[in-house]
Amino acid sequence: MPSVSIWMVRSALVALVLGFSVGAIMLIGKGIGAFGGLSAGIPIHVELVVLGWMVQLAMGVALWILPRLGARGPARGAAWSWVAWALWNSGIVFVIAGAAGVPAVRLSGRLIELSAAIAFGAAVWSRVRASGISAM
Amino acid sequence: MPVLTRWYVKTAILYLVVALLLGAVLAGNGVVPLPAFLLVAGPAQIHLFVVGWLTQLIFGIAYWMFPKATAQQPRGNDVLAVLTYVCLNLGLLARVIGEPWQAVAPGVLAGGLLVASGVLQWLGGVGFAVLAWPRVRGR
Repeated sequence: MPSVSIWMVRSALVALVLGFSVGAIMLIGKGIGAFGGLSAGIPIHVELVVLGWMVQLAMGVALWILPRLGARGPARGAAWSWVAWALWNSGIVFVIAGAAGVPAVRLSGRLIELSAAIAFGAAVWSRVRASGISAM
Repeated sequence: MPVLTRWYVKTAILYLVVALLLGAVLAGNGVVPLPAFLLVAGPAQIHLFVVGWLTQLIFGIAYWMFPKATAQQPRGNDVLAVLTYVCLNLGLLARVIGEPWQAVAPGVLAGGLLVASGVLQWLGGVGFAVLAWPRVRGR
């Protein structure tokens, strides 16, 4: 597994634990009838679980699994994949910070995530091709 | 494919079907009068889909496909792996029962189910992260 995949998948695991923690606190609050305002945590929970965990895991595994152009050398586009990792996680942090009630910060986060998605696309685009061993 | 992966994937498929069935039932609101406990089952339906299907499928496939941890324990601690599966699924079931119940008729039992659900699902998530972490590495 390449270094950038290791960082992406481990970041996804961190987001999984954080996202499940926020969800558990909200659920326990609902169970004991406390923390009435904790429904404000829903956007944070969704951001961490969907973008931080699932999407980031998919990106990390894609960077690991997709065919590499150089058989032995580093995969082409590796720099873009590091950019994608850095921007993706920065964007998530900004969106979560913005969920506290600063729309401009939230918007910045979404734009950073958009940039990350473009960087990810640049990293893998040329790797989406026949591997030479697939029958299809 | 390891036995635990087969449990994960088959359970995930069952949740997918149940989630879509419940989604169809909820979509029928307005066409057919639905009982109160179904009208508040939206969050449970989302979690059947996202936790029961998506997350569970990921857990199962990752448990199978991630690089081996060690030669002695290629997929990490087997007991922890089974406990992770059990916690995730008991937690999800507790939510599916407890959340609509608590919304319609709040009480100690329904609330207790939600508390148990939160703790169990959290343990499932942490258990998976602990198992996966050392396997996320280069060759």
